[in-house]
Amino acid sequence: MIEARNLTKTFKDKKRGVITAVGDVSFSCQPGQIYGLLGANGAGKTTTLRLLATLLKPSSGTATVAGHDVVSAAQQVRTNVGFLAASTALYGRLTAREMIAYFGQLNGMDAAAIKARIKVLSAELDMAEFLDRRCDKFSTGMKQKTSIARTLIHDPAVMIFDEPTLGLDVMTARAIVAFVRECRNRGKTVIYSTHIMSEVEKLCDMVGIIHNGRLVAEGTIPQLRARYGEHDMEEVFVKAVGGEAALAAALKN
Amino acid sequence: MNWNNILTVYVKELRDSLRDRRTLLSTIIIPTLVIPLMVFGVGKVMSKVMSQAQGEASPIMIIGGDDSPGIVAALKAERDVEKNRPVFRIVPTRAYKVAIGDKKIRAAVEIPAGFEAALKTGAASPVTIFYYEGEIKSALGQKALEKFFTDLRQKTAETSLAERGLPVTLLKPFEVKRKNAAPPEKVGGNLVGGFVPYLIIILCFTGAMYPAMDLTAGEKERGTMETLLCSPVPRVDIVLGKFLMVLTGSVSAMVFMLLSMGTTAFIGGSIMTGSGTTLKLAQGAAAAKSTMDVMPTVDPLGLFGVLAMVLPVAVLFAAAAFTISLFAKSYKEAQSYLAPMMIVVIMPAMIGMLPGIDLNVKLALVPILNLSLVCKEMLSGIWHWDYIAIIFGSSSLYAAIALTLAVKMFNREDVMFRA
Repeated sequence: MIEARNLTKTFKDKKRGVITAVGDVSFSCQPGQIYGLLGANGAGKTTTLRLLATLLKPSSGTATVAGHDVVSAAQQVRTNVGFLAASTALYGRLTAREMIAYFGQLNGMDAAAIKARIKVLSAELDMAEFLDRRCDKFSTGMKQKTSIARTLIHDPAVMIFDEPTLGLDVMTARAIVAFVRECRNRGKTVIYSTHIMSEVEKLCDMVGIIHNGRLVAEGTIPQLRARYGEHDMEEVFVKAVGGEAALAAALKN
Repeated sequence: MNWNNILTVYVKELRDSLRDRRTLLSTIIIPTLVIPLMVFGVGKVMSKVMSQAQGEASPIMIIGGDDSPGIVAALKAERDVEKNRPVFRIVPTRAYKVAIGDKKIRAAVEIPAGFEAALKTGAASPVTIFYYEGEIKSALGQKALEKFFTDLRQKTAETSLAERGLPVTLLKPFEVKRKNAAPPEKVGGNLVGGFVPYLIIILCFTGAMYPAMDLTAGEKERGTMETLLCSPVPRVDIVLGKFLMVLTGSVSAMVFMLLSMGTTAFIGGSIMTGSGTTLKLAQGAAAAKSTMDVMPTVDPLGLFGVLAMVLPVAVLFAAAAFTISLFAKSYKEAQSYLAPMMIVVIMPAMIGMLPGIDLNVKLALVPILNLSLVCKEMLSGIWHWDYIAIIFGSSSLYAAIALTLAVKMFNREDVMFRA
């Protein structure tokens, strides 16, 4: 499970001074649940997820991921997390098998366990045909499947997805969505960031709307619809962030 | 720190780099080819140009000499018996200084008025040779002219001695001989001692440069750095694994160059002497001494010494190149940081090549320059253990500082996730 408590991350910028990318964000996500983090570009989604994956250290506040603190036990957190983002790419000069095995080794698995796990994942994700080809020759779909296998090699309890469907074709995006749902069905704790409303409606059990680094609304989809008196999630989102003008101003920054 | 993790990262980076053409080019192919190319390529072109220049008559101009027809005729008739061709090709006199500057002629000689007549009275004015300082072909023409006139002077003196019934030995009561006293490895050390460390230093740096850029900025650019940072392996293990790969690149560039240098010397020696004993490094000084007195060699122990001394510098280069390119966001940015570094590396290496600069305590603390200087000595068979200790110690210290800096940089969010 994931529990964020007053997570805050500030950056220093030469021109703009101190910028609060994430401010005082608290939420929790249970096993077998998909928590959707909804926000416009630059709202703080990626920073929040990077804090949870311990790629960044919080300026203040903390979070517990799979029972470990992200500040004091970052390494244990990473052992229990699978992190997939548009920015987590593959080594082009390695084959899919080498790539997945490398991350198995980095996660402390032995050769036999890695071999067995690759066999299972390859069958599940239908990768046999390209498993021993170099990643730089892959189509987007093959790359995404290899990335998924990479995040799952150590069978983590928590999955963090940062806009995983960004820039993908419809078929590949659908496969990803199906895979995320499968993760939930297996009892994993899943956090999923996106700015695509239809994905939120299809996937998320809980939704947190993030704006200017702050969590401005939280609830299940029916709860949010009721609170803002709108059925369409896009309208719910715009109302939650304070109207179109506020959204435009934030995007300008 | 966990050696298993470091090894995992290192093995992966090694495999990855062996599949990267740019890295292979800078760590294996170029170092292997540079010496043979220089010796057989540049060397051959040079010797061809030289023999061609020596093979043809030197075009010269004669200034004056109208009242010395005998001398002019002798200049025209002067023949190189060995090559069976005239020594000079007399070009009609025009603006000779311009012609020399434009390399139209190699030299010009000014024969003063009444020179031939004055030779008999023993009151001739000086002959002036005009040439292009530092130009090889001009030097050939100038030397040929000088030889012609010194011979003429000798003959004139001999004739005049003979006329007076005096012996010719009066002119040269004794001979002056010169003989090399330095052992061959010192001659060789002095010849190649400045040059070999210079090459090693440059190759060490370029060998580290490409893997360093690829493993840091390249990974950031391709998005694999974030993937790697998601793994539970401690950052320090990742840095050390990657750093070892960069060091491998640097050391392999050096080793391949030395191997190829040994092979080239062996083949080159065989071609030159037909026996292959002259520059054969493995047989060392003793063998060379027995076959040829002053054929330059290098101290084979010195070569091992050079290897040992280069190691901390390779670590320094690897760590520095790693740290600098880690800061860059892209391969291109890293390149624009590291390319100027090349000059910083070359400068002290070049100073070390200059004659007359010798080791002292202060210079022993200057990185790179100290290596260049001590290598020159070691290849000449001189072992200043106190300096060697200072240099090894200070280089190791610099290397350690650079490596610590690399680890620090790797732990900085603003460097790893620089937007």
